[in-house]
Amino acid sequence: MENRTDKNSYTILFAIGMVLVVGTLLAFAASFLKPNIDENKRLEKQQNILYAMGVNENDENNANFVSTTDAPELFKKYIEKQLIIQGADVAEDDQAYLIDVKKEQTNAKAGIERKLPLFVGKKDNTLFYIAPIRGKGLWDAVWAYVAMDKNMVIQGVFFDHKGETAGLGANINKRFFMDDFIGEDLKNNGVFKGIAVAKGNADPLNKDKTDNEVDAIAGATITGNGISAMLKSELKLYEPYFETLKN
Amino acid sequence: MGLLSKKDAKLITDPLADNNPITIQVLGICSALAITAELKASLVMAISVLFVLGIGNVVISLMRNIIPSKIRIIVQLIVVAALVIIVDLVLKAFAYELSKTLSVFVGLIITNCIIMGRFEAFALGNGPWKSFLDGIGNALGYGVILIIVGFFRELLGSGTLFGIPVLGDPIAKTGLYSMGYENNGFMIMPPMALIVVGIIIWVQRSRNKALIED
Repeated sequence: MENRTDKNSYTILFAIGMVLVVGTLLAFAASFLKPNIDENKRLEKQQNILYAMGVNENDENNANFVSTTDAPELFKKYIEKQLIIQGADVAEDDQAYLIDVKKEQTNAKAGIERKLPLFVGKKDNTLFYIAPIRGKGLWDAVWAYVAMDKNMVIQGVFFDHKGETAGLGANINKRFFMDDFIGEDLKNNGVFKGIAVAKGNADPLNKDKTDNEVDAIAGATITGNGISAMLKSELKLYEPYFETLKN
Repeated sequence: MGLLSKKDAKLITDPLADNNPITIQVLGICSALAITAELKASLVMAISVLFVLGIGNVVISLMRNIIPSKIRIIVQLIVVAALVIIVDLVLKAFAYELSKTLSVFVGLIITNCIIMGRFEAFALGNGPWKSFLDGIGNALGYGVILIIVGFFRELLGSGTLFGIPVLGDPIAKTGLYSMGYENNGFMIMPPMALIVVGIIIWVQRSRNKALIED
């Protein structure tokens, strides 16, 4: 036994065989499960958008989505219009929520005008404008669905992340952080300013809604800076559209 | 332990205390420091490692006579990576919420030196059943320490357990906070995990002098 497995030829054959077996197995598993995974992601987008406009099952402390079984129906009920904004053109498209924001950002770098999806939701006779945005945290991507009124005052927000540190940056999708954004004005005296995740803003209870700041999470400085940068640069792109709503 | 012979039972109980992978062998420290800021993450990581180490040990043990010794480490690595990817895909397809909680940990499992250590030290030289028990035992030993560290870090650092406030509200100053208690922000930083692990090692060795090295 010792001799056989020590031979170079055996070693090489074993390596090739192993790679083939494992590669086939993984490729098979990935393509077999892909439809399920894609469906889960699609439902999650609907849940996220609904969450931002306040259609959720939050209890006292925790952020809870509507169930995946109810999501498609509620999405139809509450989302009145889905828009694609491209430059000065605004088009309706009921598949706009499937637009890949990451891909659009890459396109924009290559000089192709970016498609900006915007969802118009209506709840209790109030209109919500929900924008999906994406940015960088400490380790990987962070993204958000931001629900605003027509004056760009935030009405609700859902943050998520790919791989921020558990217990620190990962807490951006907890209510104590997300709820702070509700009521914050993205503008300051009519000029777009964004909202900064600020350390030491002396307002931990977040009572001042016009300071363009929310209280940061301790130990998550870079994630917080990423959120600030994302809100500022991405939501600014939507400003021209909101200007047209004033007329 | 009627099901297991005395020797087999030892494979499970040994790593829980006197041969603990973290406090005695000092393996798997990186993940123990990185993810123990909250109890839930510690628990999830412990279960993930339990699963991967249990199955991985069996797979390696079954292959132990055909693995060429020159490339055994890379073969072990492929087995762990393949297992982890499959687990990740299955979770994404059927338990999406859970897979999001796991996100970072999946990658961390591959780099956990306890797994490679058990493959190399045990599974390559023992049968599948013994290897399975050894894997479970070591993963439990690892998990216990993770959960202890996570418990203290979340309690003292954030005043919560599993995300539920247990000491009152630090901002509205209720419960313990009304008496002037403050969360220790340093507890949620990785250095404090090292210190907590150090304290566990200290306690363990002062109770059992046989563990003290010269």
